[in-house]
Amino acid sequence: MASVLLNDAEKTFILHGVEVDLRCDGRRRGDYRPMELETDVVSTASGSARLRLANTDILVGVKTEIDVPYPENPEEGKLEFFVDCSANATPAFEGRGGEDLANEISSRLSRAYQSLPLAPLCIVPKQACWKLYVDILILECGGNFYDAISLAVKAALFNTRVPQVTGSFLDGGSVDLEVSDDPFQCWRLDITKAPVLVTLSKIGDNCVVDPTAEEETCSVASIVVAVLDSGSLTAVIKIGEGSVHEQTLIETIKTAQKIGVELNSSLMTALNQEESLGPKRQRFGFLK
Amino acid sequence: MAHSIRLASERVDFSVPSDKAPPQLFTPGMVISQESGFMRGHGTYGEDDSIKASVAGIVDRVNKLVVIKPLKSRYNGEIGDVVVGRITEVQQKRWKVDTNARLDATLFLYSVNLPGGELRRRSVEDEQMMRKYLTEGDLISAEVQNINSDGSLSLHTRSLKNIKYGKLGQGMLIKVFPSLIKRQKTHFHNLPCGASIILGNNGFIWISPVINAEEEHGGFTINLEDAVPKSVREVMVRLRNSINALAASKILLFDTSIQYAYDQSKKYSVVELLNPEVMLDVAVMTQHQLQMLE
Repeated sequence: MASVLLNDAEKTFILHGVEVDLRCDGRRRGDYRPMELETDVVSTASGSARLRLANTDILVGVKTEIDVPYPENPEEGKLEFFVDCSANATPAFEGRGGEDLANEISSRLSRAYQSLPLAPLCIVPKQACWKLYVDILILECGGNFYDAISLAVKAALFNTRVPQVTGSFLDGGSVDLEVSDDPFQCWRLDITKAPVLVTLSKIGDNCVVDPTAEEETCSVASIVVAVLDSGSLTAVIKIGEGSVHEQTLIETIKTAQKIGVELNSSLMTALNQEESLGPKRQRFGFLK
Repeated sequence: MAHSIRLASERVDFSVPSDKAPPQLFTPGMVISQESGFMRGHGTYGEDDSIKASVAGIVDRVNKLVVIKPLKSRYNGEIGDVVVGRITEVQQKRWKVDTNARLDATLFLYSVNLPGGELRRRSVEDEQMMRKYLTEGDLISAEVQNINSDGSLSLHTRSLKNIKYGKLGQGMLIKVFPSLIKRQKTHFHNLPCGASIILGNNGFIWISPVINAEEEHGGFTINLEDAVPKSVREVMVRLRNSINALAASKILLFDTSIQYAYDQSKKYSVVELLNPEVMLDVAVMTQHQLQMLE
């Protein structure tokens, strides 16, 4: 992870702050920083979203393409994540600098997203299916990538419109598909089974949610939990070299589960609220 | 547990109304003057017999010289500036310091008061001990001693009567635009609310508990044992959030404006100060109070 340089005194200050439940920006251990969300910011993508969490800025675009299903899952579509760490975020991402982080995030996201049913994306079993490319762009680093990225991805998938296939003809071995000419004739994904990730960073003896970049530097280990609307967990990942006690781990996961459910519901509220503004709503993007 | 996801349509515009007319803004490539006889200064270039802006900013005319002052830039140091910086490298007889300038600043071993305070020759032992005094990641407050020919800065931390330069201990650093720091007689303040603040001209602001003046001179040792009490911490956090509110609205930062913002923020809880609406309110009220002062 892109770490910031801190000296011992600053680290001590952050550590003591977490201990007395008053963090450097006034939050308590369980508080998130205010977030800002906008969907449909990229007009050329099938679905897109931008999430800003304090200084962390994430842009997600979803592209749809017709592909052949995997032989092991002939009746399912495909979902692929790709993370791009922009060198604008931090000079450390320049060249191939962000590659490791990008691979780490994308592989963990696909693990967490195994819960999403891909059967609706199938068009003709064994022959054709929709493949969704989820492109994630990290524009600015302010800590807590996982939470921000997962929220943005879920919002972008909510916003994704997959074109309607009106007919398919089997011609010898190949399939001919007829996709509706009307760009508005499309269907949307059911994202109730899409998880959000909740990161809890262990700083000293306590865990905090939504760590800033400075706090991430102080943390020895973080637990990332993927939580569904229903409260089911789809993945638990540990980041960092530190160890976590068994009891702490169980408690941490329980806390994360509770937070995850609430986070899911606030995300859905925000998305529905934006939806209610209608398709003609003004797009703000990066300006204003 | 608290979180809020707001929509882009609710985005807050941080600009604060002012009775002064905004100055004319030049964008790169815009023609500043087509008359001859002007001298091209920084931020301008000549093309087709006219002077054009090469950066976005406001124009500044001194007699025949035309300069564009950029709205946003890295720190351009001046001799005598107080800066807060972070050590990035320990080299032969010098430290490299990140001061938000284009190039890292240098702090020579002979420009610091070594522990003990007495005058002594900077010996080989001192050179070998350098990492003991200041190491990578340490924060220092210093003064700009000289500007080198390549534009990099030379710093010194020799303390004067009541100003104490040197290594910084427990506290927190805020980064704002260098142009937001108002140049003043002193940049070290012990605010009446119970925290100490260093407004670096380079846009780095250091907030710490009140420093006891009786402490040992030129300290390179930092107390990591004592935790800052929660009451002091709350004051510091409130101060931090108030400064961020002012910076978001591009209000000049100096002791009075910060004190006003701090007082205005009192009606909100510390966490509420992270909300854009609250930040704007604090900034507007502070601006109003500052205008009353004029």
